[in-house]
Amino acid sequence: MSGNMNLTLKVWRQKDGKSQGKIVDYQVKGISPDMSFLEMFDVLNEDLIKKGETPISFDHDCREGICGMCSMHINGRPHGPKTGITTCQLHMRSFKDGDTIVVEPWRASAFPVVKDLVVDRSAFDRIIQAGGYISVNTGEAPDANAIPIPKKYADEAFDAATCIGCGACVAACKNASAMLFVSAKVSQLALLPQGDAERKQRVESMVDQMNEEGFGACTNTGACSAECPKEISQVNIARLNREYISAKLTSDNI
Amino acid sequence: MILDSKIPDGPIAEKWGKHKFNLKLVNPANKRKYEIIVVGTGLAGASAAASLAELGYKVKAFCFQDSPRRAHSIAAQGGINAAKNYRNDGDSVYRLFYDTVKGGDYRAREANVYRLAEVSRNIIDQCVAQGVPFAREYGGYLDNRSFGGSQVSRTFYARGQTGQQLLLGAYSALSRQIAEGNVTMFTRSEMLDLVMVDGVAQGIVTRNLVTGAIESHAAHAVLLCTGGYGNVFYLSTNAQGSNVTAAWRAHKKGALFANPCFTQIHPTCIPVSGDHQSKLTLMSESLRNDGRVWVPKNEGDKRSPELIPEEERDYFLERKYPSFGNLVPRDVASRNAKEMCDANKGVGASGLAVYLDFSDSVKRNGEPWVKEKYGNLFDMYAQITGENPYKSPMRIYPAVHYTMGGLWVDYNLMTTIKGLYALGECNFSDHGANRLGASALMQGLADGYFVIPYTVGDYLATIGPKPINASHPAFKQAEEDAKAYVNKLLSINGNQTVTHYHRELGKIIWEYCGMARSSEGLNKAKGMIQSLKADFWSNVKVLGEGEELNQSLEKAGRVADFIELGELMIDDALARNESCGGHFRVEYQTEEGEALRNDDDYAYVAAWEFKGDGQAEQLHKEKLVFENVKLTQRSYK
Repeated sequence: MSGNMNLTLKVWRQKDGKSQGKIVDYQVKGISPDMSFLEMFDVLNEDLIKKGETPISFDHDCREGICGMCSMHINGRPHGPKTGITTCQLHMRSFKDGDTIVVEPWRASAFPVVKDLVVDRSAFDRIIQAGGYISVNTGEAPDANAIPIPKKYADEAFDAATCIGCGACVAACKNASAMLFVSAKVSQLALLPQGDAERKQRVESMVDQMNEEGFGACTNTGACSAECPKEISQVNIARLNREYISAKLTSDNI
Repeated sequence: MILDSKIPDGPIAEKWGKHKFNLKLVNPANKRKYEIIVVGTGLAGASAAASLAELGYKVKAFCFQDSPRRAHSIAAQGGINAAKNYRNDGDSVYRLFYDTVKGGDYRAREANVYRLAEVSRNIIDQCVAQGVPFAREYGGYLDNRSFGGSQVSRTFYARGQTGQQLLLGAYSALSRQIAEGNVTMFTRSEMLDLVMVDGVAQGIVTRNLVTGAIESHAAHAVLLCTGGYGNVFYLSTNAQGSNVTAAWRAHKKGALFANPCFTQIHPTCIPVSGDHQSKLTLMSESLRNDGRVWVPKNEGDKRSPELIPEEERDYFLERKYPSFGNLVPRDVASRNAKEMCDANKGVGASGLAVYLDFSDSVKRNGEPWVKEKYGNLFDMYAQITGENPYKSPMRIYPAVHYTMGGLWVDYNLMTTIKGLYALGECNFSDHGANRLGASALMQGLADGYFVIPYTVGDYLATIGPKPINASHPAFKQAEEDAKAYVNKLLSINGNQTVTHYHRELGKIIWEYCGMARSSEGLNKAKGMIQSLKADFWSNVKVLGEGEELNQSLEKAGRVADFIELGELMIDDALARNESCGGHFRVEYQTEEGEALRNDDDYAYVAAWEFKGDGQAEQLHKEKLVFENVKLTQRSYK
């Protein structure tokens, strides 16, 4: 073993979506501070398999903070104690020898548990399907430099577009609201001239879908933005509200 | 078997245009009668699925992740090449074509590469129209930067997250088609087998990763867009789930696998920190625009970098390759870093690293400038290593990043199985023995947006819109085989975990089929892999059941396929008695230690045919004909 940290983990175990879940305690030994949090889980799972116990299921893929698949709620915070990073980028040097760490899945009724720490976030896909795109078919595009876009707007659109769709905003919110997620996409496309043609329809459809999925309302506590691994600004929610109101005031859908 | 690449006649610049005209068309009303399966939703898969659905075909798309947006294309950092020549610096379609063929050390097909360069311009237009927020200058026009292996600035980028923005663009196009009902999306689904009827691809068998259900899906054509096989090395920059299974199972059904030993070791990755390591993280090649690579001049110099004076530093890339400097192609940069470490000049605790130093750039442009360009990469480095790269140089070491090899395809991207196509990293066609930076994104999107919509139509028009369903006995058989395979993995109940085998396989491949290969080492590795395979099938331990979410089971199947692929990589590396690009056989090098090609005997694509379990695979050769680019010893001096 490569390290000397010993930890107690309290992990949510749940066989499937229909079964009752519970917190189970595990001891992990010999953890290196250079390990990532997920690598610590790999060590635990290897031990469990050798003992003949079912390993803990958890979502993860790229392990470099960009795919948005990892989703652990660690000591009461989505993606753990540090700000601006995902669980896969959290390293054990952020913990101390002897710590007890509680690990739960995202908690939101719109994200039902699939197994252990794995949840179903397909609601996010359906929100994007409701209008999070510009309707342009392959081959229709004009030259890329045909429309200059002021750097300021391009940069702001980019900041919104960095959302990785992990769901930490929902998990952090006491109302399990998806406003930050929705606002990031609405903002990106509202800030760009290419998005203008469908601007009103887009925001109306995406908000309708968000409501239909059972996400809660936004009460502007700001927890979403504080816990967002990409630090998407709450300003986007304000922009979403403006977009929504102005769309509704002039809506074609009456 | 004769490999017919179906390269159109005529001058290189006219081939694609002429070919498009000659391809048969499916009339709009008939398109809805055809079903197409797309496996994988990265850049190639998402762009293909969306574009085909826009045309009117009925598409079924599959991914193993919980959402199509998570495919590993998302992690590409640096940029995407396009011959726009917006900088007025001498770029052209022909130059991008030339750079790519040369960068690939003359082991790619000219016609495919030219087409890639040609459509590169449309890709940028399409992405901008989708709302991809590329970097812009103050005037509002698109910015560019430089990448390795090229002397023009043709790389479009979105900070260090270009792959993410391009994938989200393709994902949004795909989402629109899902909403319109033209694409049926299957997430958390893994392809376990290809189903063939009368020698033609007719569908796939998948495992629903949540319920474990084995399911059949029929289609008129099957597109594999499943990425590369870098995880055969265990440690790589690939995502944990990236795997070769779909391509490998298709290979075992008759699709030839080309150039499996052509793998890319990327020079700028964060070094390994310990045995626990599960993946390696890339630091984008774009950093070599402004960072300088160096090691101490003196062997075994363990002083911390700021204590080593300028005259005792060896900026070895700038010294050896004055005209390209730090921007030499990846294979050259990686091999030089290895050489320095082999000569006991490596830095850091393990001695397996070189410095990538930004101090000159910070001095020249200021920290905010560096932050604006590379901020997210610097943050990632700090997070992983616990060090501040603005203050002390990054330590980097090569790591497996991309695989140029893949399923053999003809000019239409069809494999040797009729009706089965391979797109993106999953095929072999465009990068030869070494891929240039910022060209993977270009190829994935070129194949998906601008090639397959034309070429698949030609095939579909030929076979006609006959109704198709999964009731054929071939589907039943494939389902039963898949179930038996799952049960076999679950029933061994040995003593070693799947990860153990994966790690052991990785060590063998990295050591003997990594940055330097020798006939002696490869022969040794072949025996080691064969014993590892035997041990796996008698001693692996996979817990749980088939009818549930079972991540160990998923991994077991993938590792079993990697072991078989590993053996083929060894065979391929042994059969290629030359060095080219990323394939460096120590027996074949120039006096200066550069890769020494043998164009007389090895200017071919090595395409391997599966002959049955435990049988040696048969080598077929597609001769590469160079009518436009003159084959020379690559020089970046």
